[in-house]
Amino acid sequence: MSAAAPDHDNLGARAMTQRHKLRWWEPLPWLLALAFYFAFPRHLGFGTELLITVLFAISLDLALGYAGIVTLGHAAFFGAGAYTVGMLAHHGIWNEPISSLLAAAVVAGAIGLASGLVLLRTTGLTLLMLTLCTMALLEEAANLGHDWTGGFDGLTGIVIPPLFGAFEFNPLFPKVQYLYILAVLLVCFVFVRTLVYSPFGESLTGIRENTLRMHAVGAPVRTRLIVCYTISAAIAGIAGGLWAQANAYVNLSTLGLDRAATVLIILVLGGYGRLYGAFVGAVAYMVLAHFLSKLYPTAWQLGLGLMLVIIALFFRGGILGMGDAITGWLRRTRAAPKSSP
Amino acid sequence: MTALLETRGVSKNFGALAASTNVNFKLESGARHALIGPNGAGKTTFINLLTGVLLPSSGTVLLRGQDITTMEQAQRVKFGIARTFQINRLFRGLSVLENVYISVAERVGAAPSMFTPAGKRRDVIDEAMHLLETLKLADYAHLTINGLPYGRQRLVELAIALGQKPEVLLLDEPAAGVPSAESHIILDAIDALPKSIGVLIIDHDMDLVFRFAQRITVLVRGAIFAEGTPKEIGANADVRAVYLGQATHG
Repeated sequence: MSAAAPDHDNLGARAMTQRHKLRWWEPLPWLLALAFYFAFPRHLGFGTELLITVLFAISLDLALGYAGIVTLGHAAFFGAGAYTVGMLAHHGIWNEPISSLLAAAVVAGAIGLASGLVLLRTTGLTLLMLTLCTMALLEEAANLGHDWTGGFDGLTGIVIPPLFGAFEFNPLFPKVQYLYILAVLLVCFVFVRTLVYSPFGESLTGIRENTLRMHAVGAPVRTRLIVCYTISAAIAGIAGGLWAQANAYVNLSTLGLDRAATVLIILVLGGYGRLYGAFVGAVAYMVLAHFLSKLYPTAWQLGLGLMLVIIALFFRGGILGMGDAITGWLRRTRAAPKSSP
Repeated sequence: MTALLETRGVSKNFGALAASTNVNFKLESGARHALIGPNGAGKTTFINLLTGVLLPSSGTVLLRGQDITTMEQAQRVKFGIARTFQINRLFRGLSVLENVYISVAERVGAAPSMFTPAGKRRDVIDEAMHLLETLKLADYAHLTINGLPYGRQRLVELAIALGQKPEVLLLDEPAAGVPSAESHIILDAIDALPKSIGVLIIDHDMDLVFRFAQRITVLVRGAIFAEGTPKEIGANADVRAVYLGQATHG
């Protein structure tokens, strides 16, 4: 097609046709995660927690960062996944790791779909409160359903059989868990990455940027949001399922506001709607929390709070946004002498 | 002959306020029709009734003779009714190309696909780029809306609507807020619209209206006050009086 030829030189068209292609730095997080495995064999427990948090944050990024669904109750799906894996194993129904994760995804996704059908008729503060309520309801159900969920004490001593019948999960030296979780994270990440760069992902950002205009170009806005919310819930369920498998127990903390708020903070810290914000945010938050709590055991959250205030006031794009601003500024100052004559 | 878009006895009340009263209106295919009237005459309400944002209290809306009175907004878009907004409604954080891409992808049915990259739908990108070229926006395709002068933003507003390949195009004050140095860009773009589209334009700018329109409808207090060719309307003493603010006080 001859008409298409000039488009290749157009900056906008080039950005659009190139953006889904792998950039040189994209393997870095994965190489670092592997390096961590070899460099810190004694801290792999921290590592698994970090990887699970990254996955949870990615699921939130899809709903909040891309589709603009404001939620404070995403731990509902994390907990649903964790309890699915925990209850299936504890009651001796099913405990093969990978198929358990799929069950976690299905259950969390179904809850996401059912609640989304109702919740996504609303926006803004109403939506925020309703997501919070959904999570509180699930938490209370888990608290009351003692026979099934272990109630306030949770379910301990979950037995996970060896992965593929060969690799044993060892709670004290979680080498197998770490690599297993890293692999699941990679699969989920590739899925989400594909999704956000697809026309579907593009339409989600359209809904985030201007819902009314999306109606006016004939988009089925609510259906898109429900699909997105369901997928996001399913991935959060996988993260929760991994958490249950890695820790060999489930308790009410998987469903709590604490977890929902933390993942939101992580995403804001790293930068939402940017895929890699989840990685950067989780690492920054957990490393900061680790060292601050050693330095100031009584008031370590103050340091985190200050950092959040600074991010919220001056760097809306989070740490990654900060990076973008700096590289953009450098590029402009370097380009300026060329364009002046 | 059935009109492209027609209203029969359409009224819209907001409580005691009658925003539209018994409006009988016809837009022919290929028409260049203008809707004018003083502030608060109900022009934007009328557009909202045509596009399905509002449902009329009574009366019917017909598209090519087919009753679309209760049809949803998204459905009407599929049937060929597109509009622009008086105040820009753009995807502000996205690039100019993405803004148009979203609209085109929606029309050609590419938008629900999840597993092919948006950048591989060359057909959608090419069509969006072609549209940008006809509106002389191609050089701005990579910029986000925030980095664009207001006049160009108005053009993106138009480009998103044209991405729908409409048969009926409703332009709600397309040149509003555009500095006069830039307004010729908008006017040229409107002049260059495909002849087959039926265009209804709302504007306060009489130069624009009289240059553009083959037919003018004057709306006052939600009702049709006068209708005719630009010559007839220009010569109508009542219309002049309304615009000078003398006629209907009291």
